[in-house]
Amino acid sequence: MSSTTLSTAGQDRQPRGAKTLFRRRSAIAGFGLSLGVTVSLLSLVVLIPLSAVILKASGQSFSEFLQAGFSARALGAYRLSFGAAFVAAAVNAVFGVLTAWALVRYEFPGKSIINGLVDLPFALPTAVAGIALAALYSPNGWVGQYLEMAGIKAAYTPLGVVIALTFIGLPFVVRTIEPVLRDLSADVEEAAASLGAGRLSIIGRVILPALGPAWLTGFALSFARGVGEYGSVIFIAGNMPFKSEIAPLLIVIQLEQFNYQAASTIAVVMLSASFAMLLVINAIQAWARKRSA
Amino acid sequence: MSPRSSTQDPWWVKTLVLSLVAVFLGLILVLPLVSVFAEALRQGLGPALEAMSTPDAIASIKLTLLTAAVAVPFNIVFGVAAAWAVAKHEFWGKSLLISLIDVPFSVSPVVAGLIYVLIFGSHGWFGSWLIDHNIKIIFAVPGIMLATLFVTFPFVARELIPLMQEQGVDEEEAAASMGAGGWMTLWRVTTPNIRWGLLYGVLLCNARAMGEFGAVSVVSGHIRGLTNTMPLHVEILYNEYDFVGAFSVAALLCLLSILTLILKGLLEMLQPQVRRAGH
Amino acid sequence: MTISIRSVEKQFARYPALRGVSLEVQPGELLALLGPSGSGKTTLLRIIAGLEFPEAGQVAFDDQDVTFASAAVRKVGFVFQQYALFRHMTVAKNIAFGLDVRKAKDRPARAEINRRVEDLLGLVELGGLGGRYPAQLSGGQRQRVALARALAVSPQVLLLDEPFGALDATVRKSLRKELRRIHNATGVTTIFVTHDQEEALDLADRVAILNQGSIEQVGTPQEVYDQPASAFVCSFVGETNRFDGAVSGGRFVCGSVSLAVDCADGPKTAFVRPHDLVVAPEGFEAKIVRVTAQGPVIQIEAQTASDQRIEISLARQEAGSIAVGQTLRLAARKVHLFDPAD
Repeated sequence: MSSTTLSTAGQDRQPRGAKTLFRRRSAIAGFGLSLGVTVSLLSLVVLIPLSAVILKASGQSFSEFLQAGFSARALGAYRLSFGAAFVAAAVNAVFGVLTAWALVRYEFPGKSIINGLVDLPFALPTAVAGIALAALYSPNGWVGQYLEMAGIKAAYTPLGVVIALTFIGLPFVVRTIEPVLRDLSADVEEAAASLGAGRLSIIGRVILPALGPAWLTGFALSFARGVGEYGSVIFIAGNMPFKSEIAPLLIVIQLEQFNYQAASTIAVVMLSASFAMLLVINAIQAWARKRSA
Repeated sequence: MSPRSSTQDPWWVKTLVLSLVAVFLGLILVLPLVSVFAEALRQGLGPALEAMSTPDAIASIKLTLLTAAVAVPFNIVFGVAAAWAVAKHEFWGKSLLISLIDVPFSVSPVVAGLIYVLIFGSHGWFGSWLIDHNIKIIFAVPGIMLATLFVTFPFVARELIPLMQEQGVDEEEAAASMGAGGWMTLWRVTTPNIRWGLLYGVLLCNARAMGEFGAVSVVSGHIRGLTNTMPLHVEILYNEYDFVGAFSVAALLCLLSILTLILKGLLEMLQPQVRRAGH
Repeated sequence: MTISIRSVEKQFARYPALRGVSLEVQPGELLALLGPSGSGKTTLLRIIAGLEFPEAGQVAFDDQDVTFASAAVRKVGFVFQQYALFRHMTVAKNIAFGLDVRKAKDRPARAEINRRVEDLLGLVELGGLGGRYPAQLSGGQRQRVALARALAVSPQVLLLDEPFGALDATVRKSLRKELRRIHNATGVTTIFVTHDQEEALDLADRVAILNQGSIEQVGTPQEVYDQPASAFVCSFVGETNRFDGAVSGGRFVCGSVSLAVDCADGPKTAFVRPHDLVVAPEGFEAKIVRVTAQGPVIQIEAQTASDQRIEISLARQEAGSIAVGQTLRLAARKVHLFDPAD
């Protein structure tokens, strides 16, 4: 492995560039192999296939693109997917912070079970969640019958979509807030209390602002996950065009009718939205790091 | 950490918060879980067990296990390679690579299925070539594998990268200075340090591989006994109004995910440093 | 083995870590790389070990070019600052690692390895602790294990990165003696990195002083202390009083301080060690601010008429009766002069 290159004096120093690339750069072996495996698998499984959908969608004129990607039916589907995901993320933002607060600050019987259950949406197959929620919230289900009495229709309406997306998104909020809340030292609160702050103003002016970035991140993660969710939603959603049809379902429908271009176009619109949200999440986290540094 | 008096909530606040959390989690998490078992056992244990042991159900269980058996080793190889490259070496474009590894998490599962249809489907890039050579990928088992690989792609890598970055390169450099080669270092020095994180990633990857629905449903074609995984089998039975059958297979999946959660909880208890916000 | 470092350059991200460093290390020598943090001393050590690779220049072991040879083929023993012990292996396994990983044909027999481990445990005075895990040892014990592990492969050169940096003062001192003893026992060429000048002067045969990626001086502890090659060396090695002034007609003047020197006229920076200041009737004046007696020496903090704080060490009998508020007249036995650019 030893190179015979000799460059004894400063003046015949080798330029950085092509040659240094092939030189030994790290004492730990396996850089080339591991990076090679990583990049090839990433390209073969993720990047090249993803480019297929973009190529497919770009193989049409702009007006065709608009027609397929922003038809009235597609707009209705986006409205439902994004709207329901937003509402579900907002619900999770409220109850997620309460759950995290209870898990971090209180002792109560069954705490470890609750703690484990919070991760259920990560572990439970989405289709199982979907049929369970549909059964539960349908007009003759355990919960649905009481909602029916109150005149509320949950299953097969946009409300059903919100319920499914709340289920899916909950752990994102709880698990993002929890560690921050745990690290928030009691000293800060005690300091605020010793300065004469009441409980409410401690919560409002000390705790919540400290949780801010994690809260936003959790909200954004929950929202992003909800927008693309399929399995848990289709059973409870009703799937009526313009009303209770989510965007991923519309992709599947177009695909089943062999409208590959339309399916790809909707997929590209959704991909763009996902990546935009990813950027937002990264920006929030960068901001949080800067703030806490 | 026991709360101190000046920072302790009054009893009524605690009661209020706990009640709200209980009601919310009950409606969103507990009742759905309970209802799966209740629906499965609606006509007693017999029909439930029967539904789990029809030839189609068994075929779907086998396919699901096979899928996980392919996805998990693949994920370990990729995850270890990626973490080794990223955490133990410096190179240009590293943070871009880390972001790209996470991409499958922000793609809708349906899109994950769609991309393989566009490439390997009958009208796709390689469609006619595949037909000429009589190879089926879409609406066949290979398509299911590919879609599962895509959706589970980041699991092990995102557990190992932060763990190995935190552990630094000292031990590996020490091994190298004593003459250990790359494989020897990986096997004898690094692996013992990352085994719990690896196991955690494998657990999550396995759960997702067995439970994936959206991506798999797009590429599967729903051929009973051939290309139906357990979640797809649940869907078919449900759409045929065979609720006991659907919920029985679903109950089996529930048991699997409860087992996953218990193992995950044990791991977190024994090895608190592996805990991370998962997906 | 002779280690030759020739015009080595290394760049990190944007700042240069080493700018053309050359150094010869003699066989059997115990050499210290001394410098403040960021001076490039650890980078130089890692380049010698084969853990980093330079952009330019050459590293040769006995005139054989090893610049880009892997750490494995160089046969070096490296002791890491944070020890880098393998957490999941016992002390004995840690020490045996370098032998265990050899290819079957080069690997000594099991019994041979065990004997070697026992010998090394004895050498670092950890006999009987081979079955423990690193987590069950104190910091000083871990350091000894790291040392034994590095010696197990019979290295041609032993490299230590801040070997005592993470230890408390008393353990430091005893381990320092230990390292000297082990070096004498094994005779292996040894290079260690430190930012502690006392440690370097106490332990090393020769000291190389680095500053901002360059070597300022190489010499025996006495040379670098008595004949510092630069203002940096003078102020970094040992205590010193610094005066910025000018020489004119054989006298260096800085405010009220005036010292007899043998030097051409011009602006200069003068350094005077506290023990080189002596009481002299015709010297400059300084008013005593604080007096502390440390064994046979009295440390005096004083203020010159031009308001500069200085430190003086006097032998007790030389000092006589001294009290705060008193004014001393001082002259220098020895003055180090450098151009103010330094």
